[in-house]
Amino acid sequence: MSSRTDILSLIRENRPQVERPLPDVQLFDGNAPASLLSAFKECLQRMGGVFLEPPGSGSPLAPVREKIAGAKVVCSTVPEIVGNRDIDRITAPQQLADVDFAIVRAAFAVAETGSVLLSDAQLHVNALAYLAQHLIVLLDPADIVVNIHHAYRRPEFRQAHYACFHTGPSATADIEGVLIHGAQGVRSLSVLPIARVGKRSAH
Amino acid sequence: MTTRPETPQSRDVMLHPELLAQDDRDAIVRGGRRLDHAGGTSKALRAEPEKQPRGARVHGSRPIDQVEAAARFIAAPEHEKMHDERLWDLRQKRDREMHGMAEWEELRALASSIKEHTLVHLDEYLKQFEANARANGVHVHWAKDATEHNHIVHRILDDHGVKSLIKSKSMLTEECGFRPYMAGVGINVIETDLGERIQQLDNEDPSHVVVPAVHKLRTDVAQVFARTIGTDPDNDDVHYLAEAQRESNRPLILEADAGMTGCNFAVAETGSVVVCTNEGNADLSANVPKLHIASAGIEKIIPRLEHLTVFVRMLSRSALGSPMTQYTSHFRGPRQGGEMHIVLVDNGRSARLGMSEFWTSLKCIRCGACMNTCPVYRRSGGLSYGATYSGPIGLIIDPTYDARKYSNLPFSSTLNGSCTNVCPVKINIHEQIYAWRRELVKRHDVPFAKKAAMKAAGELLSRPALYRAAIAATDVALAHLPRFVIYNGLNAWGKHREVPEPPRQTFHSWYQTNRGAKR
Repeated sequence: MSSRTDILSLIRENRPQVERPLPDVQLFDGNAPASLLSAFKECLQRMGGVFLEPPGSGSPLAPVREKIAGAKVVCSTVPEIVGNRDIDRITAPQQLADVDFAIVRAAFAVAETGSVLLSDAQLHVNALAYLAQHLIVLLDPADIVVNIHHAYRRPEFRQAHYACFHTGPSATADIEGVLIHGAQGVRSLSVLPIARVGKRSAH
Repeated sequence: MTTRPETPQSRDVMLHPELLAQDDRDAIVRGGRRLDHAGGTSKALRAEPEKQPRGARVHGSRPIDQVEAAARFIAAPEHEKMHDERLWDLRQKRDREMHGMAEWEELRALASSIKEHTLVHLDEYLKQFEANARANGVHVHWAKDATEHNHIVHRILDDHGVKSLIKSKSMLTEECGFRPYMAGVGINVIETDLGERIQQLDNEDPSHVVVPAVHKLRTDVAQVFARTIGTDPDNDDVHYLAEAQRESNRPLILEADAGMTGCNFAVAETGSVVVCTNEGNADLSANVPKLHIASAGIEKIIPRLEHLTVFVRMLSRSALGSPMTQYTSHFRGPRQGGEMHIVLVDNGRSARLGMSEFWTSLKCIRCGACMNTCPVYRRSGGLSYGATYSGPIGLIIDPTYDARKYSNLPFSSTLNGSCTNVCPVKINIHEQIYAWRRELVKRHDVPFAKKAAMKAAGELLSRPALYRAAIAATDVALAHLPRFVIYNGLNAWGKHREVPEPPRQTFHSWYQTNRGAKR
């Protein structure tokens, strides 16, 4: 513990003798967009994500089923879609290395940035959202908050051991600024707006 | 359709229009829009192949000759132009984001206040962070310096029998010489960020805090990968190169015994470590192996989640002109069956806290905006600084580690103040650069030519009449002096630059003639 003591006493010795009160941060939500879903969609697309339009008729999950139709390995943590890799039987993340599509539900989303929040509660095995080739996220439109300030008031950041904003797919521009999707993680991120199970859709 | 999509920033100015590619085949276009998030350029750029210039020559603690290394970078015009243009593009995209947010300046002021408050109470917040992280089941360690950091991590890895470690980019581990240390003890470290991996495979340091291989052209990367991971040396298609790196790293990620990340923000109230990446490689590093070690500089502390919002909103906008990093990851505790360690590292930070002119440099969030805007950095490349931190922020941080070795760096600035203007946490960077010049002269750590010039300039600037006489005489002299007097070895400014045409009259004498009489 001696380094701890040394560092803390050096800080006490050296810290500037000035008054610097801690400011409160307001929510900056005065100019909220009329439709959070439209704003979210716009930002998601700008960040390289795919917005799956809910079909006018038929199964609301049709866009997801269409996407995974040709896939070999599908791992789902949502009751709406049954995959062929049971997440509850995974004992090590490496067992997810061959997953083509992962399907999860977002804890919530942020209109300002087009982000979806995935925590350990939604992922079951955290690595699922990174080892899979493609990620499909179901999002209840009622779960969209206006901006990052509202987002950090959500309970996940105090409860989950792991929580991550996904804003589009894994991307890089490290070589000559050329944009690449699927740098190390998922090659695509698609979001389908659909109300949670057991909850009647608002529209 | 082969037509080029309209770029929304028609007001953008290109520094080197000849780089504009005739085709845009590399681009990802969605709904007629060319995507430029995650650091992607807003336009298609293409340079001609050319041998890559290397960085500064480092000889122990001898002063780094940044000017010499920069001259070699400038002598490679394709590299220099591409570097200049790409970073300028990031700067312009940053401006676009700034103009899109009414509260931008308010957020900068908040960010600065939050950081200053936290630094002034750093001991209390560190203790709070430690207590909360421990309560979440995280092991917390304290390292006084780079050596202790490396020893602590080594011990944790040894305890778990770790032979290979995957890690995400961390400037702190660069600062600690972590990879060379681990190579010495036989632990295989694999960088998982594309740019950082390129630099690792090429035995080069990162040249930029956010885009580590920004000084390289695609042809350079093709050569590095051909040599190290077996790609086709004649194929420099960027999508092909990135895919090859992904595929070669994937098995290493799956087989690694431990994962390591840096830390962008450490939230005292929750004990969480926040890491921002575009590639999701921090999430792979932390979530695939059972063991996760996060290294954090002690200045990364933020009091509460409420304050984290300000930094999350500004980091990627300042760095890359993208609204958010693709991944903003919050590690609050170990995952089920896993183990998590945090190493809190001082390495000179507590000492810097006591430097009255320089302590606010600890506010830095490593966004790189000051580098992207700096005309010296853009044209000389990050490796010319021969230090972990390059560009304007490097000029004021590096001398705190070794005042002699980095004694030349504070002179690699025009003091134009652009760095200060774009800094999201309002560090007065250019003023600190100037203060370092004074400090180094006081400590006799400055080479003779610079010292003599500074002393003469100081005397001249303190006497208005003498200054005016000197300027008038210089203008006459410049018009008539032979070239070798102006462009000699003592005048670094004369290298690679023509001195502008001297004015026929000084401003002061023009003013006296035209306006002065009216008073």
